[in-house]
Amino acid sequence: MRYLPLSDADRKAMLSSVGVGSIDDLFADIPEEVRLTELIDLPRKAGEMDVERQLGAMAAKNTAASAVPFFVGCGAYKHHIPASVDHLIQRSEFLTAYTPYQPEVSQGTLQYLFEFQTQMALLTGMEVANASMYDGSTGCGEAVLMAHRVTRRSKAVLSGGLHPQYRDVVHTLCRLTEEPVETLPPDPTGSEDIIAAIDEDTACVVVQTPDVFGRIRDLAPIAAAAHEKGALLVAVVTEIVSLGALKPPGEMGADIVVAEGQSIGVGLSFGGPYVGLLATREKYIRQMPGRVCGETVDADGKRGFVLTLSTREQHIRREKATSNICTNSGLCALAFTIHLSLLGEAGLMRLARINHENAIALADALESVDGVELLTTAFFNEFTIRVPGKAADILESLVEKGVLGGVPASRLAPDQDGLEDLIIVAATEVNTAEDRHAYAKALKEVLS
Amino acid sequence: MSMNRGGRPTSAAGSSNIGHPTFTGNKALQIEEPLIFEVGNTGKTGVDLPEPDGKEDRLGGLERKEIGLPGLTEPEVMRHYVRLSQKNFAIDAGVYPLGSCTMKHNARLNEKMARLPGIGDIHPLQPESTVQGALELMSTLAAWLLEMTGMAGVALSPKAGAHGEFCGMAAIKTAQLAKGDARSVVLVPESAHGTNPATASLLGYSVRDVAAREDGTVSPEAVREALGPDVAGIMLTNPNTCGLFERDIIEIADAVHEAGAYFYCDGANFNAIVGKARPGDLGVDCMHINLHKTFSTPHGGGGPGSGPVVFSEALAPFAPVPYVVRDGDVFSLVETVEAAEGMKPFGRQTAFHGQMGMFVRALAYMMSHGSDGMRQASEDAVLNANYVRAGLRDIMTQPFGDQICMHEVLFDDTFLKDTGVTTLDFAKAMIDEGFHPMTMYFPLVVHGAMLIEPTESESKASLDQFIAALRDLTQAAKEGDTERLTGAPYYAPMARLDETRAARQPILRWSPDRPAEAAE
Repeated sequence: MRYLPLSDADRKAMLSSVGVGSIDDLFADIPEEVRLTELIDLPRKAGEMDVERQLGAMAAKNTAASAVPFFVGCGAYKHHIPASVDHLIQRSEFLTAYTPYQPEVSQGTLQYLFEFQTQMALLTGMEVANASMYDGSTGCGEAVLMAHRVTRRSKAVLSGGLHPQYRDVVHTLCRLTEEPVETLPPDPTGSEDIIAAIDEDTACVVVQTPDVFGRIRDLAPIAAAAHEKGALLVAVVTEIVSLGALKPPGEMGADIVVAEGQSIGVGLSFGGPYVGLLATREKYIRQMPGRVCGETVDADGKRGFVLTLSTREQHIRREKATSNICTNSGLCALAFTIHLSLLGEAGLMRLARINHENAIALADALESVDGVELLTTAFFNEFTIRVPGKAADILESLVEKGVLGGVPASRLAPDQDGLEDLIIVAATEVNTAEDRHAYAKALKEVLS
Repeated sequence: MSMNRGGRPTSAAGSSNIGHPTFTGNKALQIEEPLIFEVGNTGKTGVDLPEPDGKEDRLGGLERKEIGLPGLTEPEVMRHYVRLSQKNFAIDAGVYPLGSCTMKHNARLNEKMARLPGIGDIHPLQPESTVQGALELMSTLAAWLLEMTGMAGVALSPKAGAHGEFCGMAAIKTAQLAKGDARSVVLVPESAHGTNPATASLLGYSVRDVAAREDGTVSPEAVREALGPDVAGIMLTNPNTCGLFERDIIEIADAVHEAGAYFYCDGANFNAIVGKARPGDLGVDCMHINLHKTFSTPHGGGGPGSGPVVFSEALAPFAPVPYVVRDGDVFSLVETVEAAEGMKPFGRQTAFHGQMGMFVRALAYMMSHGSDGMRQASEDAVLNANYVRAGLRDIMTQPFGDQICMHEVLFDDTFLKDTGVTTLDFAKAMIDEGFHPMTMYFPLVVHGAMLIEPTESESKASLDQFIAALRDLTQAAKEGDTERLTGAPYYAPMARLDETRAARQPILRWSPDRPAEAAE
C-alpha cells in the first residue's frame, strides 16, 4: 500500500522488539467476541488511477458553476480566485501543519492568523476578531450564545431577513439549550419592524445585511433601539464582498458581527469547508468563542505570536468554557487572508463595485422580461424577483436551457407562506454580458 | 516563572542567542517578515479587474468610503506567504507525533480530487438535478462509514469533532425528551478531551466525573456507581486519551443501557481500530468520526475539520438534517425537519450540507486503502506506537505502568523528577532535534503528560532516529546537561514565547497608532 512505509520485515522486527509474537497480541484488549477476524466488506485497496476514475465519474455528473451562466447565491457565491491563492495554501508547511500549539515552530500560521484578525476588524469596522469559526451559520449560533453571556439575558430576536438555514441553526441551538427565540416572518419586500420586537428580556437582535433577499439594511436605528433596551445587535453578513461597497456594521453600531467569508479565496465546494468570521468590541473579548491569536515577544525580545486567552476555551475550562469549539477553519482563513492581501482596499472596492454593477445590469435585464417583478430596490449583488409561476419549476426549466438562475426562496423555508414565486438571484464579477443576455432570453422563453 | 493549571510554565525563559547577529536579523533561510500592514498600502493591488462602468449605485445611501486594508502585488504576496510558511513545522517535513491529533500523511491525490470542477466548483443550492454526482458521493461516503462502524445511521454535516459531539448529544437529548424522560447529568471520565464536558454543558447537562482505575481505564463498577435515573449518557473515548483500549467497554455499555442512558463514544481515536473492531458491536449509540484524523483530510494549520456522526438504530431517527436519500438512481436531499418523512431530526447544525471538500478527500483515502489497507494502517499505527514505547520504556516513565498501548503511548514526567527539567523543556528540546513535540500536559489527569502518536505514516528508520534522540535528551536531563533543554529551542525561528504576557495584555490586531514593538 503506497502510503504505508513499513515492510513485512520491519513489522516482524518491530513486533520482536515490542516483545509480542503477532500483531493481534497488540489488540488483545478488544474483547474477543467483537474482534474482527475477516476484512470489512468493502472494496480492497486501489491505485491512484482507479480512484481518480471512480471519483471523476461522480464529479462528471455535476454541473460546475464555471461551465454555465451562473446566478446562484444565498450565502455562497461564485467568485474568481487568483491562481496564487490555491498554490500558496497547498504548501506543505500550511496544509500539513496543525493548530499552532508550539509557537516557536508555528509562526507562519500564527502571523497569518494575526493578520487575518486585523483584516477582519478593519473590514467589519469592529475592534477585534477571532481566528475564524467553522462557517457563517455556526458563527451566528455562537454569536447568540455570546450575547447571552454578555447580557445575562436569554431571548434572541431574529430578523425575517436572516438566511433561513442560519435561522434553523440558531433555533436548533436555542431549543436544545432551552433559550427562547423569536423569529419574524420572511420579509422579501422590506416591511419588517424589528425594533418593535425588542424588549427588556432581549439578549440580542440578529439582522442580516444585505439580507437573504438581497436587501441592504441600515442597522443604525436597530442598534440604537437595541442598546436602549440593553440588548446587543448581532449583524450577519453572508456576502463578505459587500463590505467593499457598503458601510460596515461596526460603523452602524453592531456589537458582534458574524460573516461567511467564503466569497474571498474559498471555492464553492458544495457548501463547505468555508470560513466563519466573528468580530466584536474589545470589551467583550473574554466572552468571545473560538481560537484567538495575540502578539507577544520571545525570550530574545523579538515580536512573535501565540494562541491566547485560552482560559476561555474547553481544553482548560472544560465544562465552564465559553464554547466547545476546538478548531477554527485555518486553511480557509489562510485562503481568505491571501486573497484579501492581493485585493487590498483598492482591489476589494473595485471588485465590490463590479459585482454591484453586474447585479444592476442583471436586475434591469430580468425586469424587462414580461411578468417579472423586481422586489429589491437597494441591493448589493443579489436581489429577489417575483415570477408568474412556481419558482422551483421555472428554475428547473432554466437548467434545461443551460442557465442556473438562482435559488427558489421556498427551498430554504418550505414552512413559510408566500415564497413560492420568488427567485433569489445573485450576480458577481464572473458573469458576462452574454451570461445576462442568456438568462433573460431563457427566462423569457420559459415564461412565454 | 508562572505556571498554568497543568503545571506548565508559560513565560519565556532563557535566550537563544547563538552565533553572531546578522545585519538584517535574518538567519539564512529564516527571513524576518513584517506584517502585511507594515509593507502594503491601500492603493496597491495584486488583482487586475476591469474598469467599472460608473453606473449610478443602488446601495440605499450606505456606500462605504474607506477600509484601511493594505494591498500587495502578486510577487510581494508570494514572498510574504512563502517566508511565513518557512517558519512552520509540518508533517511533510518531519515527525509530528502529536498525540490524539493523528498527524498522518496527507495524500495529494485527495487534494486533486477535491479540486475537480464537478466537486470544488458546485454550489450547495444548485438544483438537485445538476449535482447528482455530489449526492452520490455523499451517499457512498455514508455507506462506507456505516459499514466500517457497524452502525445504522449517519449525519455527515457536523463541521468538526466538537460539532459532532454536539450532534450526538443533541440526538440523545432529543430521544430522551421524546420518551418524556428528561435527564440532567452526563458522565465524563476525567481523562476525556475538554470538548466532552464543554459539549455536555452547552446542552444544559451537568457533568459527573468518572475516575479511572489504576491501569488508566474506566471500570464498569465506577460507571455503575455514577449511573442513576438522572444520567442521560456517558461520553467515553475509546481507545481512550491514555492510548488504552477500554477493555470493559461492552460491560460498560450494558450498564449504561440498563440505566436507560445512552453511550456516546468520542471517536477521535477511531484510527486505532478501523478494521479491527466495529463500534456498533461494542454497544455504542453514537460516535463522531474526525475525518481529518482517521481519514487523513489535512489539518490545515487547525482546520477545517469534519465530524460526521454515526448512530445506532435507537438514535438514527433523531439525526439532524440535511441528509441524502436515494430512490432508484436518483439522489435527493432532505433539507428541512418538515420534509423528513418518518424521521424525527433534532434540527439543523449548519447551513448547507457539511464539509464536501473533506468528504471527497476522506473517500479518496478510504478507496485508496480499501478494507485491507485500512486494517493495515490501524495495525501499523498501533505497532509504531508500541515500538516507540518499547524503545523508551526503560528510560522514560509511564503513568499506568508498562502495558500494551494502542495508537499512542503516554509518558509522564516522573523520569524528569529532580532534574530541573519540565515536560515543556523536554518538548522544546525536541524542536531543536527536528521533531514536532508530542502533545504535552494532556490528558490533564497525568502529571506532565507526554502523549506520543507516531501514526502509521512513519518508517522504522524514522522511528529509530526519534527514539534515539529522545533517549539522548533523557540522558542529558538526568546527567545535568539541562541547559540544552531549559533554554530550548535554540534553533527554531523563535525562542520561547511569552504566553503570559499575551494573555495579560491582549494585543489581538495590528493598529496604526501602535507601532510594531521592536526588541526591548
